[in-house]
Amino acid sequence: MYRYDEFDHKLVAERARQFRRQVKRRLSGELTEDQFKPLRLMNGLYMQLHAYMLRVNVPYGSLSSRQLRKFAHIARTYDRDFGHFTTRQNIQFNWIKLEEVPDILEELAEVEVTAIQSSGNCVRNITSDHYAGRARDELADPRVYCELLRQYTILNPDFSYLPRKFKIALTGSPRDRAAVALHDIGLRMHRNEAGEIGFEVLVGGGQGRTPFIAHTIRDWLAPEHLLSYVESILRVYNMYGRRDNMHKARIKIIVNQMGIDRYRELVEADWEQIKDSVLKVPQAEVDRINAYFAPPEYECLADIPDELNDVRARIPEFDQWMAANVAEHRVPGYSIVNLSLKAPGLPPGDMTADTMDAVADLADRYSLDEIRVNHRQNLSFVDVRQRDLFTLWKELKLLDLATPNIQSVSDIICCPGLDYCNLANSRSIPVAQDLSRHFVDVDHLALVGDFTINISGCMNACGHHHVGNIGILGVNKRGKEYFQLTLGGSSDENAALGDRLGRALPQGQVPAAVETIVDTYLAIRLDGERFLDTYRRVGIEPFREAVYSPVQARAVA
Amino acid sequence: MQMIIANRLLDGRVVFMDDSGGWVNDIADGSLLVSQQDAAEQLTAAQQAVEENEVVDPYLIDVSADGGRRRPVQVRERIRAFGPSVGLVPQGHGGV
Ligand code: HEM
Ligand code: SF4
Repeated sequence: MYRYDEFDHKLVAERARQFRRQVKRRLSGELTEDQFKPLRLMNGLYMQLHAYMLRVNVPYGSLSSRQLRKFAHIARTYDRDFGHFTTRQNIQFNWIKLEEVPDILEELAEVEVTAIQSSGNCVRNITSDHYAGRARDELADPRVYCELLRQYTILNPDFSYLPRKFKIALTGSPRDRAAVALHDIGLRMHRNEAGEIGFEVLVGGGQGRTPFIAHTIRDWLAPEHLLSYVESILRVYNMYGRRDNMHKARIKIIVNQMGIDRYRELVEADWEQIKDSVLKVPQAEVDRINAYFAPPEYECLADIPDELNDVRARIPEFDQWMAANVAEHRVPGYSIVNLSLKAPGLPPGDMTADTMDAVADLADRYSLDEIRVNHRQNLSFVDVRQRDLFTLWKELKLLDLATPNIQSVSDIICCPGLDYCNLANSRSIPVAQDLSRHFVDVDHLALVGDFTINISGCMNACGHHHVGNIGILGVNKRGKEYFQLTLGGSSDENAALGDRLGRALPQGQVPAAVETIVDTYLAIRLDGERFLDTYRRVGIEPFREAVYSPVQARAVA
Repeated sequence: MQMIIANRLLDGRVVFMDDSGGWVNDIADGSLLVSQQDAAEQLTAAQQAVEENEVVDPYLIDVSADGGRRRPVQVRERIRAFGPSVGLVPQGHGGV
């Protein structure tokens, strides 16, 4: 697993000391709130509705059990016993006291975790496929390149005062599990005609109030040119980005205003100047970083489908879990296990300190000390021996982390909404709770199949509503909380934005509307079609009619 | 009726201004402002408290007090006054 090197250690410790001085100056009144705000934001500290909120990075989604135990300790000591895993491989602590933040940052630094660049107009924490290094369909581990980019962009003055925040995501698999097309820069590995591995480079994606799917700016880029190409994209952005209007400042606006062809011309012209400069990545450096991400020592095992099938045949509940929550590993005899943080009625992504400790213990015993965090607000154990699956399942059940619902109707993404967030219109968490309690029949979940429901409490879209198969957006109508539904969104390799279904609904009508959409799909789907396939075949009308037809309107009114 | 709400600088907690110009955690202990003039005066005092680094972002909210129980009119302010509507520690997770 990746470890900070000496240099980073010093930097992180110095950063914590610096923030301690800044907090002191704020509390003594030497700094005003206006002066202090950008400084606290650079350290991931926000003011929310009830208290300060601290956002901490989980680099590329990988946590050691030691780091997770530290999160448990922070939640217990400085917060109210829980944390919230977000959609960007961060954890947020909701009840933080300003005066204690320097202590927290120092404690985090002990386990090589930071809050640096988790907010502000800089390159944010770089995210990756949470199955990185383990997925059977992967070409190469993308985290090496995440790390190269992080080292290059972190605290780099050129990229610390960008026109707006800047998000980068990478995947090494043809199946996009990291929503890369919804990022300012997305990088997808694939082979060129000569069979060499490189990146498709996407630019200008994003969510928020003006969502865009990213455009491909370059079909294939040799990895040695990664830094120079990203630098050129950022240079053009720095030059043309709108600093005068916050809502027009993201790169997606520039790319879509000038057109991807023009943006490409500018980038390529700039890149020609620098591509063979010091920014060219030496193979030795890639190898050095690669060593940090070297796979663990695996035992020499074989896949055991017969034994597993035997247990599955006897225990239907285990079978359902295997089908929904367990994924293929690249090494024979091992599997990837997803831990669902979406048991019925729970706020998606929330986890108590005790559960964090218990998960850390399980990771030690069953997953080579490692835990991954993913953008759907669940956790994964990426190195589980197949012969441990049954025992692990029983352990996870005791912790309520084995709901067999990964990528199903009740595996809902949900932002904190008006229960915590300063910018919210509506309470998103109660909607998620209603829906997860509504869809509890696991046979039904399996029947419905692959499905995503994403909920945001306002148009900032932290809950990815634009790219949910069903998206739910909290709006404010004359002081009341309403929810606007969209259909057909997706964040995978065929990413699409959802279409608006119709007028917004009060919270009480959302579960019935979602159920109607699901039932309509079940009634009209063809063999083997996922919801998204059916939707793309028939369009929005049948669903609109079902939800808003007079009969249905009476039923839900 | 109105009240002044803010976040305390030190710990970020939601506070209300009371009759003596201090800051209290419980909405029941805060100062109820009936006249426009009282509201304006307290807001000025609250801004002074910002200068003095006691609180950040103070503003006036509308409050009803039917049956003696104070209740902010807006949902957002009710959530600030009484906490998240979803419970602080998630229930479940095996009862831990
Ligand atoms: C609670 C404090 C939060 C605040 C103040 C906040 C603020 C914002 C704002 C203003 C945007 C819009 C950016 C733009 O369009 O330029 C945004 C986008 C986003 N946020 Fe948050 N957010 C918060 C929490 C979260 C949480 C909890 C998550 C994950 C669950 C999250 C993930 C995201 C994502 C994925 C986006 C969209 C990606 C993009 O930038 O295009 N945020 N956030
Ligand atoms: S989508 Fe809106 S309500 Fe939800 S966390 Fe983001 S800013 Fe807050």
